[in-house]
Amino acid sequence: MGYTNDLLDLIKRVEKTRPERVARKKAGEEFPALTLEQRKIRLEKYHPDYRYGALRELKIGPSKGYSVAQEIADQFEAKSRIDPDKIDLNEVHYETDVLIIGGGGAGTAAALLAEEAGARVIIATKLRHGDANTMMAEGGIQAATKSWKDSPYYHYLDVMGGGHFENDPLLVRTMVSEAPKAIGWLEGLGCMFNKWPDGRMFTLHGAGTCRKRMHYAGDMTGAEIMRTLRDEARNRAKSIGVIEFSPAIELLMDDKGFCAGAVLYNLETEEYFLVKAKAVVMATGGSGRLHMQKFMTTNHYGATGDGLTIGYRMGVRVRFLHATQYHPTGAVFPEQAEGLLITEKVRGAGANLVNVDGAQFVFEREPRDIESSSIIRECEKVGKGVPVPGQKDKFGVWLDSPMIELLEGAGTVEREFPAKFILFKRYGIDISKLPMLIYPTLHYQNGGLEYNSDGSTSVPGFFVAGEVGGGVHGANRLMGNSLLDITVFGRLAGESAGKFALERKDIGALSVEHVRKYHKELEASGIITDRVSPMVLPDYTTPEVKKRQWTTTYVGSLR
Amino acid sequence: MSAVAQKSTEQIEASIDVSVREDLIPIFIMGKKYDVPSTLTIQKAFEYAGYQLIRGCGCRGGICGACATVYRLPGTAKISVGLACQTVVQPSMYLTMIPFFPANRAVYNLDDLKPDAQTILKYYPELAKCMGCNTCTKSCPMEIPVMEYISAALRGDIEKAADISMSCVMCGICAARCPAELGQYNIGIMCRRIAGKHIKPRAEHVREMIDRINSGRYAEPLNKLINFDLETLRKLYVDRQMEPHNAPEEWTPDDKSFL
Repeated sequence: MGYTNDLLDLIKRVEKTRPERVARKKAGEEFPALTLEQRKIRLEKYHPDYRYGALRELKIGPSKGYSVAQEIADQFEAKSRIDPDKIDLNEVHYETDVLIIGGGGAGTAAALLAEEAGARVIIATKLRHGDANTMMAEGGIQAATKSWKDSPYYHYLDVMGGGHFENDPLLVRTMVSEAPKAIGWLEGLGCMFNKWPDGRMFTLHGAGTCRKRMHYAGDMTGAEIMRTLRDEARNRAKSIGVIEFSPAIELLMDDKGFCAGAVLYNLETEEYFLVKAKAVVMATGGSGRLHMQKFMTTNHYGATGDGLTIGYRMGVRVRFLHATQYHPTGAVFPEQAEGLLITEKVRGAGANLVNVDGAQFVFEREPRDIESSSIIRECEKVGKGVPVPGQKDKFGVWLDSPMIELLEGAGTVEREFPAKFILFKRYGIDISKLPMLIYPTLHYQNGGLEYNSDGSTSVPGFFVAGEVGGGVHGANRLMGNSLLDITVFGRLAGESAGKFALERKDIGALSVEHVRKYHKELEASGIITDRVSPMVLPDYTTPEVKKRQWTTTYVGSLR
Repeated sequence: MSAVAQKSTEQIEASIDVSVREDLIPIFIMGKKYDVPSTLTIQKAFEYAGYQLIRGCGCRGGICGACATVYRLPGTAKISVGLACQTVVQPSMYLTMIPFFPANRAVYNLDDLKPDAQTILKYYPELAKCMGCNTCTKSCPMEIPVMEYISAALRGDIEKAADISMSCVMCGICAARCPAELGQYNIGIMCRRIAGKHIKPRAEHVREMIDRINSGRYAEPLNKLINFDLETLRKLYVDRQMEPHNAPEEWTPDDKSFL
C-alpha cells in the first residue's frame, strides 16, 4: 500500500522545489494568472468540450442539428429497449397519480410535495432509494437568507455571471426567490445545518459568490439532505410507494399526446412492468457514468443519463448539453480512490499544482474550467505529467498538500480536510507529508431537458426536476447551486405534477407511438446501429472476461 | 452511423482494460476463487472478476452506505465487515455481499414527537435491550462510537445522540452485527431529525427573508434584472460589492437598496 517506489522517487523532485515555492507564497508572490485572452485560448485548445470530435450534431429528435457530447449522442441515436410492435399495452401493472422516476434529492422532494397536493405517488428508482449524486454533494447549498447583507437580487447576479449570462432568466429568478423557502423547509424536516447557538446558520463563500450564502452540514450536506428527505418519504409510505432496482427504460404516452406513465425494468428478474400515471416527474440526475472522452467521474454508479434519453425520445428538446463540467482535481492514485473529488479548498489553502519536475505550471486559483484545461495541457501537450502506476498512457500532476502544513502549521491538513486525510490514510498515504496525484474528473451535466419554472415541459403531464433538466445554470454551474436546484425544482415539479394529476380526468389509450416514430426517424437519417439505450448501468466488464462470455448478449450495457 | 461515435465507445472500453497486470492475488467471492489485482477495492475486484453489480453499489465513494460487505481472512475465525467501495482486497479473503440488511424502522410524524427518552422508547422499545457489548462501534466503517449514541438516546440526551451519529451513512452493518437486534442507524436518524426540528434553535433570519420575499419586496428589482440588456447586466455583475472573506457575520454592504 501507499505510493510505489517509482512515485516516491518522483516525489523527491517535488520536495526539492517545495522550500522555494513556500518561500514565494509567504512573500505573497503568486504564479501569474492568465489574462482573459489567454484564458480563452487555453479553453479552446485544451478544455475537453472544445476538442475536435468532442461534440456531434444530433441527426434526429426534437433538437436535431444541435451538438452534444458524442457519448450522449450515442444514447440518443439508438433504439429503444422495447419493440413497439411486441409490447402489450393492455396489461398495466401499477396505477398511480404521480410517477416519479429517480430516487435522489429532486425525486424525493417532488414525491413529498406531490403527496401534500393530495396525490398517490410511486417513486421508481434504479438503485436503492437515495443512492444518488445528491448523497455525494459535500460543500453546501446556496440561498440568500441574511437580509442585512444579501438578497435574491445578488444571488441572481451571481448565478447569471457564473453561467456566462446564458442561463434561462426565468428559471434563475425562480430558483433564487424560492431558495430561502427551500432552506426553511429542510430545517423544518429536521435537517441539521451548522448553526450558532442562537440558531443563525453558518454561511460561507463559494467561488463566484459575492456574499457568504453557502449553508452546510459539515462536509456532508448532500447526505444530510438526502437521508432526511428519504426518511420523511418512508414516514409517508401509505401514499408514497417506492420501487427500487427498477429503472424506467421508456416513457408511455396516451393517444391524446399526454405523458401517461413509464416502462420499468426489474434489474434482477429481468421483467418489464407498465406504470400508468396521470403525471410523471423525471428526476434521474446526470450522466457522469457515460465517461465523456473516457474521463473518470465523481458521479455515482447510476448516473448514466437515462432520463435524458427517454425524455428526448418522447419529444422534449434539450439545451446546454454542449457544456460539461470537469472538476480540476480528481484523485488518480491510489486506484481505489480514482475519480474522487479533492475539494477546491485544498488549493484555496495554498497548495500548488506541480508537474513531474516539481515545477509549478499554473496559478492554483484559476476558475475550474481554466484549471482543468491547464492540467490537461501539461500532461498532453507539454509532456510533463506524472505516469500513473499500473495504467498505461495515463498521467496526472501533483497537488502539493504538504505546503499547507508549512504555510499554516503542522496539523492543518488533518484538521481542515478530515475526510480526505482519512481516505488517503486508509491507503497508506499521509497527505500532510506527501502530495496527491490528481487529474480533471467529470463532475456535472450542465444541461438537460427543457422545462419551465413550474417543472412542466412541452409534453403535458411530463415534469422535470434537478440535473436532468437544463437552463438554470447556463453553461456552467456554481458550487452550492445543485443542491438548491434539486430542492427548489423538486418541490415545484412535485407540486405541479400533483395538481396536474388531480385535475386530469382520465388517461386515453396507452401508446408507444413516439418510440415507433423515433425508430423510423433513426432509420431515415441513415444511422445504422445496433446500439440500445438507455444505458441503465455502466459496463465495467474487462475485455478479458467479455472474450470468454460466449453466450452473453449485451443489450446496451446490460447482459 | 458516425465513425467518431464508434470510436468513443471503444475508447471507454480501452480505458478500463486492466488485463496487463501482474500483481494478481487470489480472493474467494461467495466460495469461488478468482485472481484479481491486489490494489483493487472489493467493489472493483467483483467487477474485475466478471460480476455486474446491481445490489451493493451506489456512490462508490464511501457515503451512500449501499455496499456493506462481510469477509473473513484465512487463519482467523473473525468475521470482518466494511464498505466494499473502500476496503482493499487481501490475499485469500473470503467475501460475500450483503444485500441491504433488514432492520426495524418506526413510522412517525415528526411534528408530534417530544424530544425525550419516552418518545424514543415508544417507537423503538428494543432500545432497552442494548447490553453494552459495543459490537456496533467495533463494526462501524465510519468509526462512529455507535454504542455511545445509543446510550445517549436511552438516557434521553437526544441532541448528543444526534451529534455523535452525524456522519452515519446508514449502511446497516451495526444492525447486522447487533446481538440485541437494534436498528441503530434508524434510531440515529430519528434522533437527528428530532434534534434538528425540536431541540436546535430555529434560524430566524431564514423566516424573516421568506416573509420579505412573500411581501413582494424583490419582485420589481428581479424583473428589472431579467429585462436588462447583456451589457447592463454584465456591468452590474462586475460592479457588485464583494463581502470580504474575513468579514464578520454582521458585515453590511454600502448600497442597501436591493436588500
